[in-house]
Amino acid sequence: MSPLHVVGRSLPRSDGIGHVTGRTQYTTDHVFPGMLHLKVVRSPVHHARIRGVDLCEAERVPGFVRALTHADVPHNVYTILGLIGVEPEEEFVLAVDRVRYKGEPIVAIVAESERAALEAVARVKLDLEELPAVFDVEEALRPGAPIVTHWGNNTFMYEGHPCRRVRFGDVEAAFARADHIVEGRYDTKPIEHAPTETTAAIAVPEANGRFTVYTNTQALYFSLDNTSIILQVPGNQLHFIGGTVGGGFGGKVDVIVEPLATLAAMKTGRPVKYAFSRQEEMQVSSTRSAWRIYIKDGVMADGRLIARRVTSYADSGAYSRQTPYALTKHAANAAGPYAIPNVAIDAYCVFTNRQPTSAMRGFGITMASFAIEVQMDKIAERLGLDPWAVRFINAYHDGDMKPHRKLVEDATLIETMQAAARLVGHELPAEYLAMTSTPRPEGEA
Amino acid sequence: MSSSIVTFTLGDREVDVMVTPMTTLQTVLRYQLGQTAVKEGCRQGGCGSCTVLVEGEPMLSCLLPVEEVAGRHVRTVETDTPTDGVSPLQQAFLDGGAFQCGYCTPGMLMTATALLERDPHPTHEAILEAMAGNVCRCTGYTPIVAAVEAAGERRG
Repeated sequence: MSPLHVVGRSLPRSDGIGHVTGRTQYTTDHVFPGMLHLKVVRSPVHHARIRGVDLCEAERVPGFVRALTHADVPHNVYTILGLIGVEPEEEFVLAVDRVRYKGEPIVAIVAESERAALEAVARVKLDLEELPAVFDVEEALRPGAPIVTHWGNNTFMYEGHPCRRVRFGDVEAAFARADHIVEGRYDTKPIEHAPTETTAAIAVPEANGRFTVYTNTQALYFSLDNTSIILQVPGNQLHFIGGTVGGGFGGKVDVIVEPLATLAAMKTGRPVKYAFSRQEEMQVSSTRSAWRIYIKDGVMADGRLIARRVTSYADSGAYSRQTPYALTKHAANAAGPYAIPNVAIDAYCVFTNRQPTSAMRGFGITMASFAIEVQMDKIAERLGLDPWAVRFINAYHDGDMKPHRKLVEDATLIETMQAAARLVGHELPAEYLAMTSTPRPEGEA
Repeated sequence: MSSSIVTFTLGDREVDVMVTPMTTLQTVLRYQLGQTAVKEGCRQGGCGSCTVLVEGEPMLSCLLPVEEVAGRHVRTVETDTPTDGVSPLQQAFLDGGAFQCGYCTPGMLMTATALLERDPHPTHEAILEAMAGNVCRCTGYTPIVAAVEAAGERRG
């Protein structure tokens, strides 16, 4: 009798009935009497100094309740990963004197109806002095490039270094004795998650002084804790209700709508809804970062990789969000699932005047895999080898040391490739079928 | 602009709503009549999540001024769900795992309902054609199309 109750069985989803009857309650399906609507005045340009904001006409719109500016936000500068010790705080809940990307929030308008809020937003007059902007990761690192951050260069600093670095063996010496040098440049585009449900939160003041916040965040405690920090209120005054997410894919782990909705509820004493329009979801919410990855490999004539240098640039956009973490994951994985004795990796988190980028499905690693696997095919082509062979020859085994000094455990690349070959009907030579990921014989590594 | 009263049939009951001109059917259904199965993925006619049936025809309620349905018959997932369980189409969605986040599901169900009422045994191609305006970002569509096919087959 198997002790397993769930593994190996097909069980109905607990939320299935709700989904097919339309009774599942998503964030904006909650409606409260007297609920106000919050909309945001956004920067129409990529980079500018804010000279002035004129609210006079907006305030005259029927249904206008109040505006919120940076002066209303108790702790206006934050960084989402500050919760796990990432520094510095650098993103503004509402802009102070500069905007660094097109769509950056400047003023929040709270009104009796969504229509009134949009009307008031349209009547806010911005006096902006446009500044030169930078949109390319390598241009952003050249001397004289417009500086996006407040600390004087355009990279996230990792323990005092402008990039996340991995050093393993002696790459230059290995390049010198390699039979072939194979180089590649790989570019990927930003990708919007485009969830069918847009990002939204509703904050409701309760009789006991607390605020109930309905949100479709993928990271409830990131949202709760950052809101607590931004609004300088104890966490026990915030009751966050989440769990139902109409598509996330990483696009709803940032903390964007909850702090403003909650602040507006505090200032007005009424429920406040802040939901992104589809346009905001597409043009303002974080995307996957665009990446540029350079790979230089030293390869022997038999296909063995003896050295790899990777220089990567991720476009973080104007602020960090989760991208510095992506680069750390990237640096740990940029050598790929291969045993390479000499590796050097420089991974830069670069700031530009694009909309901020953040988490999305395997962020930092998916793009490394794309570059590495195209590079492996390129090596096979250059050397006239079977692309399968190049991968089997170089596959890592249990017990190998990875460049970031992590011992390989539970490697399955060889077995996965064997299974994939079977599934696509590709016949592998007997020597590759006989391989396993178990530790190499003594002295062979 | 002054408000007016619009009367239409929602499922099996007649409803009167007071609206300002150009209020959409989506807004009325969601925020006046509590039909939150009518979703609001884009509110610009691009995603199909707000699809309802007007006289049996699938319509994007986000683009439809409510005055357009005066005197007409409107159906939503709420009005179409049997009181004692789920419809064969809903059951096929459950059986086939034809959703992940569930946000597009009500719109998918309404579009598929209209198709199956018009063509009880649609071909694969007819399903693709009918469902082309409903966006799903989770499933890749395959299980949704399969569920509609299965519902058609179950009708015998």
